Amino acid sequence: MREVAIVAAAMTPFGELWDRSLRQLFAEAALDVIKKAGVDHLDSIYVGNMSGGCFVGQEHLGPLMADQIGMAGVPSTRIESACASGGIALRTAYFEVASGASDLVLASGVEKMNDGADVTNVLATAADQELEVYHGITFPGLYAMIARAHMEAYGTTLEDLSWVSVKNHRHGALNPKAQFPHEFTLEQVMNSTPVADPLRLLHCSPVSDGAAAVLLCPLDQAKKYTDQPIKILGTGQATSPMALADRKDPAFLDSVQLSAERAYSMADVGPGDIDVAEVHDCFAISEICCIEALGLVERSQAAGAAASGLTAIGGRIPVNTSGGLKAKGHPVGATGIAQIIEIFEQLRGESDARQVQGARLGLAQNMGGSGASSVVHILERIE
Amino acid sequence: MPSPRYWREVPSRLRLEAARCSGCGKVNYPARPICPKCHSKESEKLTLSKTAKIITSTVIHIAPDDFLFEAPYAIAIVETPEGARFMSQVVDCDPSSVGPGMDVSLEFRLIRKEARSGILCYGFKAVPTNSWEAQK
Repeated sequence: MREVAIVAAAMTPFGELWDRSLRQLFAEAALDVIKKAGVDHLDSIYVGNMSGGCFVGQEHLGPLMADQIGMAGVPSTRIESACASGGIALRTAYFEVASGASDLVLASGVEKMNDGADVTNVLATAADQELEVYHGITFPGLYAMIARAHMEAYGTTLEDLSWVSVKNHRHGALNPKAQFPHEFTLEQVMNSTPVADPLRLLHCSPVSDGAAAVLLCPLDQAKKYTDQPIKILGTGQATSPMALADRKDPAFLDSVQLSAERAYSMADVGPGDIDVAEVHDCFAISEICCIEALGLVERSQAAGAAASGLTAIGGRIPVNTSGGLKAKGHPVGATGIAQIIEIFEQLRGESDARQVQGARLGLAQNMGGSGASSVVHILERIE
Repeated sequence: MPSPRYWREVPSRLRLEAARCSGCGKVNYPARPICPKCHSKESEKLTLSKTAKIITSTVIHIAPDDFLFEAPYAIAIVETPEGARFMSQVVDCDPSSVGPGMDVSLEFRLIRKEARSGILCYGFKAVPTNSWEAQK
């Protein structure tokens, strides 16, 4: 397989973007990437999208989006794995370049959640309809059950969960693309509206519109498009049983651990080598479960990692310097690519006030549903 | 929910029919063509007990449209004595009192009125065994 690099990245702001449609969001990010790289053609396009069908009644996004950017004729494929759609779009694009089949591949993600759909119901299509949703569970409800199981097994507290939100909003306040670039106090988080016990509103990522895109090419051609390509060193993907009830331990995300092991093995690095990480904090508990399953933090330290500053900018392993899904926003299909963009910029030293000094190796972990799918990428700065 | 879909799920949902794997003894609910643990394709039918223990739970405050008027309601993953785990609402009690380790009985109830078709959807709900309703 050939070595592969990311040479350009672009995203729209994340938020309630009432003036922009699904296709306009995609075109904005994609055309920006094409301009930055200075390319006049693409060999292939991947569009990560969870539910254009349910959110805005639009499927068949591959050809639609290719046409929107003047690329009708180019192979273009929509990738779906719920909230992991973006990360898996990147992985698919990676293999197309690595295999030698294509040289210039666009990996993108887009979601238009604010357009009148019943978002709670649409998101629940990523859970098991027959065994879970039928009984009235919601997505926050599933993660609330994970949280309660974690509290029961490891003594994790509501305060531990709340610190994750406080920390990510501190990071997000420094991110101009973030949907909610505001800080919140621990008390504000703990006293926010109950959603699904023990989770409150400020433990939950928001409903967002947005798009993100990156351009991939073989590493040995990358200097044609940028002075500072970022190498994709490893990729790993895994699944676990869809229904929470069918997992060995509802407090542990097996798919995250398995996808990480595969990515570490391919990259020939370990969790201790990672300088900066973006993890899938769709709910505060998921950041705790993810850093634990990724091995970034010892299990006994995971719950308190945000409170102790371990995972804050300046800490031993800064996690979600972008503000995470919590503060940056979570347009589900776009999230996996947006995480990659944060790592891409960190490794290029472009993160301004959020910069992790000297970052050389970065990790992005993107997950679908209540953790039934997970994808991990490890990126490296080229000296 | 279209009625054929509802009808297909009657054996597991309305009769609690499960399958015990002939290879490793794992109880799979609902039955599956292959055991996720040992990959055996042989199994025998069994009907689950109508008692269970709560593994983890939550209280839904922000509900989907079909359950809007029921919030707040408790919902849990429960485990029957046969080892089958599944999701169930926990009712006839103060939702905030529901938590891991609680013993429940499983009772046949109306689960939802499906909004578009209006079909009445039934199934089992969990009732704490020491609740006021259960003691009656």
